[in-house]
Amino acid sequence: MDMPGTNKSGIIDKLRQDILRMEGYRAPLAGTSQVMGLGPVEHAFPNRVFPLGTVHEMVCGSTEQAAASGGFVAGLLSVLMQQGGACLWIGLSGNVFPVSLKTFGVEPERIIFVHLMQNKDALWVMEEALKCNGLSAVVAELKEIDFKQSRRLQLAVEQSRVTGFILRNEIKKMSNTACAARWKVSSMPSEPVDGLPGIGFPRWQVELLRVRNGQPGNWVMEWAEGRFTTITRDVFVEETKMTG
Amino acid sequence: MQKRYMSIWFRHLLTDWQTLQQAELKDIPFVFAKAERNRVVITAANPVAEAQDIYTGMMAADAKACSPDLKVLDDIPEKATHLLTELGLWCIRYTPLVALDLPDGLMLDISGCAHLWGGEREYYREIIDKLRERGYDARGAIADTVGAAWAIARFGTKTPVINTGRQTEAILNLAPAALRIEQDNLQKLQKLGFHQIKSFISMPRPVLRRRFGEAFVSRIEQVLGVKEEIIKPIVPPVAYQERLPCLEPIKTVKGIEIAIQTLLEKVCLHLKDDGLGMRKALLKCFRIDGKMVQVGITTTRATGHVAHLCKLFELQISKIEPALGIELFLLEATRVEEVDQKQEALWAAHPGLEDSALAELLDRLAGKIGANAIQRYLPVEHYWPERAIKQAASLAEKPATDWRTDRPRPVRLLHHPEPVEVMALVPDYPPKFFIYKGKRHDVTKADGPERIEREWWQDAGAHRDYYAVEDNDGQRYWLFRLGHYDQAPQWYLHGFFA
Repeated sequence: MDMPGTNKSGIIDKLRQDILRMEGYRAPLAGTSQVMGLGPVEHAFPNRVFPLGTVHEMVCGSTEQAAASGGFVAGLLSVLMQQGGACLWIGLSGNVFPVSLKTFGVEPERIIFVHLMQNKDALWVMEEALKCNGLSAVVAELKEIDFKQSRRLQLAVEQSRVTGFILRNEIKKMSNTACAARWKVSSMPSEPVDGLPGIGFPRWQVELLRVRNGQPGNWVMEWAEGRFTTITRDVFVEETKMTG
Repeated sequence: MQKRYMSIWFRHLLTDWQTLQQAELKDIPFVFAKAERNRVVITAANPVAEAQDIYTGMMAADAKACSPDLKVLDDIPEKATHLLTELGLWCIRYTPLVALDLPDGLMLDISGCAHLWGGEREYYREIIDKLRERGYDARGAIADTVGAAWAIARFGTKTPVINTGRQTEAILNLAPAALRIEQDNLQKLQKLGFHQIKSFISMPRPVLRRRFGEAFVSRIEQVLGVKEEIIKPIVPPVAYQERLPCLEPIKTVKGIEIAIQTLLEKVCLHLKDDGLGMRKALLKCFRIDGKMVQVGITTTRATGHVAHLCKLFELQISKIEPALGIELFLLEATRVEEVDQKQEALWAAHPGLEDSALAELLDRLAGKIGANAIQRYLPVEHYWPERAIKQAASLAEKPATDWRTDRPRPVRLLHHPEPVEVMALVPDYPPKFFIYKGKRHDVTKADGPERIEREWWQDAGAHRDYYAVEDNDGQRYWLFRLGHYDQAPQWYLHGFFA
């Protein structure tokens, strides 16, 4: 006979799962928990799995942050586009350099770039694109987005299960959005590889500012040898000591 | 289907046109004349002049003697052809196949068109009345063959519409000239006393051939419909096109939508039968004020998907200005390509560039924001960063070379490198710090230089020495120095690394 306590927590666990399912989160299939290769970051999400088929927003206050977020998103795209999928990259600035995306494991010729001048056009294109289940992912660089617009995008992905990424650069007025997660990726000083001089692998401070049904957090990550590596606190402290 | 032809004869084509230009010429006799072997010969005479027995082919001097107030104008070479082409293009609204019938007529292949105007008689009246309203003295006839229509239009005295199979009876009483035969044969017939076609048409063909030649017999056979006669349309027919004439002029968006849907269904059905799909289509809307507006769509892949094509046209409807109303819609598939049905099914569930849903999405986007805003890039073998990529011509184009990853390249590359101020202490070393947009960045780590020479066959200038640098906040930049260190070079910021 079960203890009443374990029974109760079991019920609560099951109810939690039910709520998540009702909200559109799918329970992870066996062996797919590390699907995005983000390691500990994925534990912050409900069911401990990176939510696909939703919209993520990235806060980019400066061009440097936009570049860092671009690299981080490209790393995620490499996983999403693994099965030969295509991606739409909507940009107001149009300064993404396709050659560099190859470094992050993405086939740049499978990305279709849409260059626009108006935020409103970019939102329209993003919504149309998110409705199209022929795409693996949609990335949009927007000035701003309000709650209503983000809700529309969320409704679009619920049908098509396409994953969307929004790179916002108007950070003065951060309105609430219906996005599944809000990220902030900023560059960090890289570490020399094997003690050689020069710049090491791209290293970022990855902050999860808001997660729906999850735990916000803060990690240091690196893109090395074609995958994400999380630099744990201990290593980080050690490295800092070594370099002074 | 039984072929039906309509011949239109402009009795006074040039003079009617001249009267339209100068209304005061309406009641005075005037002719066009041109110099020919030291004589001035009349090439066209208006009805007033004709009433005074002045005809084409007369000497202008003789004509002036008959009618002292005759006005002689200079003949305009090629004018008749231009006028006929213009009138022929106008006639396209009645049938797609309109041919010039020089020197003074038009020949229309009206097979399967007349019922749209409620019958051949109404069709005939509609065209002739409209032409007369425009000021041209037109006569016409409808018959099974080109020859018969031509003959009745010019020589017929009874009805202009000859029922199917009745062309032989209709021409029996006409003069031999109605057969479009040469002058010397006409004279020969005259001499022999053949004043009507019926006197010789039933003669055995070998007899006629021996006396009048092969051309004469073939003219007879063409009139009777034994031998086929081919006309050359002024607008070459488009293989896949559909027309939709409207009983009432259409002005509303909903009406236009229905018209587009109907036309697309018909065209796509034809295309599907031939295993083809649309790449480019053109919708022409003929308005009742005589103007034509057209909109076009392009697709990224050949498709015969009606719902999708409808959506593409819906994005264009706002560009159609119906004014008083549209009386005829014409949809042309101007570019078609083969569709591999099997491959479509294979790709349907597989996301990728070949996905049909993606192609349809791109068509929709292109319709709204313009096709130029959508780009895909392929690698090119150039070190110069601005030339390292090129735009792909189509979704199907594959990269001709590999993407290079052996050199660091920034995630974001500025379109135009921005000048920065630097402090560089040692030649060919990265700078100590640089100032970009008023902010000082101290360089802590750097890689480089990577020298990229200018491609001298493309443009002139100094080479670039690129450095990847990291500042003390951990932000990474791509800087370059233009030219050699000892020539006081300018530094630029060209990109941002992740």
